[in-house]
Amino acid sequence: MNIVKDIGLYSLLMYRVFVKPDRGRMFWKQLPKELEKLGLASLPIVIIISIFIGAIMTIQTKLNTENPLLPTYSTGLVTRDTLLLEFSSTIMCLILAGKVGSNIASEIGTMRITEQIDAIEIMGINSANYLILPKITAFVLMMPFLVIFSMAIGLTGGYLVGAFSDIITTADYLLGIQYAFIPYYVFYSVVKSLVFAFLISSVAAYYGYNAYGGALDVGKASTNAVVNSSILILFFNLLVTNLMLN
Amino acid sequence: MIEVSHLFKSFDGEQVLKDISAVFETGKCNMIIGQSGSGKTVLMKSIIGLHRVDSGKIEYDSRNLPDMRMRDIRRLRREVGMLFQGSALFDSMTVMENVMYPLEMFSSSTRLEMENRAKFCLDRVNLNEHSYHLFPSEISGGMQKRVAIARAIALNPKYLFCDEPNSGLDPKTSLIIDQLIYEITHEFNIKDLNDFVFASELYKQVKKINQ
Repeated sequence: MNIVKDIGLYSLLMYRVFVKPDRGRMFWKQLPKELEKLGLASLPIVIIISIFIGAIMTIQTKLNTENPLLPTYSTGLVTRDTLLLEFSSTIMCLILAGKVGSNIASEIGTMRITEQIDAIEIMGINSANYLILPKITAFVLMMPFLVIFSMAIGLTGGYLVGAFSDIITTADYLLGIQYAFIPYYVFYSVVKSLVFAFLISSVAAYYGYNAYGGALDVGKASTNAVVNSSILILFFNLLVTNLMLN
Repeated sequence: MIEVSHLFKSFDGEQVLKDISAVFETGKCNMIIGQSGSGKTVLMKSIIGLHRVDSGKIEYDSRNLPDMRMRDIRRLRREVGMLFQGSALFDSMTVMENVMYPLEMFSSSTRLEMENRAKFCLDRVNLNEHSYHLFPSEISGGMQKRVAIARAIALNPKYLFCDEPNSGLDPKTSLIIDQLIYEITHEFNIKDLNDFVFASELYKQVKKINQ
């Protein structure tokens, strides 16, 4: 029953979010701040995780493909496809669900329990639209850049393994990441990430907006936001993959 | 005039407001007193429409709030100013930006005119220019209340609601805030509705919520 109630409340909230802003100027003023806070501020974690995962994936793939029958470029190829198809979109979004999702849920939740949202409502402003629309817009706009950036950095991580160790040669690696490249994989990954970005920001906003009580409840809202958006990411990953790759 | 009649409100089956009727007249400071947990804030939030009531009438000059559509409620709320118990200032904005916020949302004035209006409101609540660029966390509780009053009166509201305006303040600051609300009510001819735990002699009309 709770799931049905949550879906209903979430839909009603989104209905209030996706309307023309009361004051367009305020939306455009808010949007760059959110782009910076949700997008640019996520770059360091994207860089750190992508470079290490790219490097680790290259080492592990190489160790598991030590077979004279397999071509030398297979390590690069597997690393590239794993990064493009799954890591830079799905896994990165699961990580960002923790960072961005908890940020949105706790910010909006704190505004709720300190009556700041009531104060906005009292002024006759659609608080859901004013607070949530710039966040969803900003995160959805930034996500493709983060994903493509993650792909590039991840591949660089793999290259560094070749450059600074004798596990794989850079020539083999470079050949592998260029071999049988399918540009559609990048498109598929970006489309997936757009769906995930919407889910992370809207689900987190929903839990924050409906928080009540005190600091403990904001923490609970934040945890619920991360857990539920992660589950939804996995479910929609399956759905979008079936739709786009089957 | 705000007329409330036969108001009922419950949360999860628990009756909080039971058959409340009252009239809040123009130009007067009206006060609601009651024990902690008796439903003063719920009544006030119901009157503004932040809580949807189970039954009853809330008439703002003959406009019944429970019958209104959301769009009309929002229009009505633009005639309302509210001072919240915890001030409810926006953490991410400075004192000046907090007062400018309603003006930026609804005023068609130029930036300079809006700034002048915000300065006027801040000056009216006795806040000096030094505090204009500070964030709410950098000023005292009494100053936060004054900023909240300045924000509430920025758009010249017809109705001013104050939810425990003295909560958390020392007696001296409480008297200053009381005096300020009283003066502003008369100066701006506002219908003022206060929610106090302690009675104050400033308030002419007392609405008591019995448990």
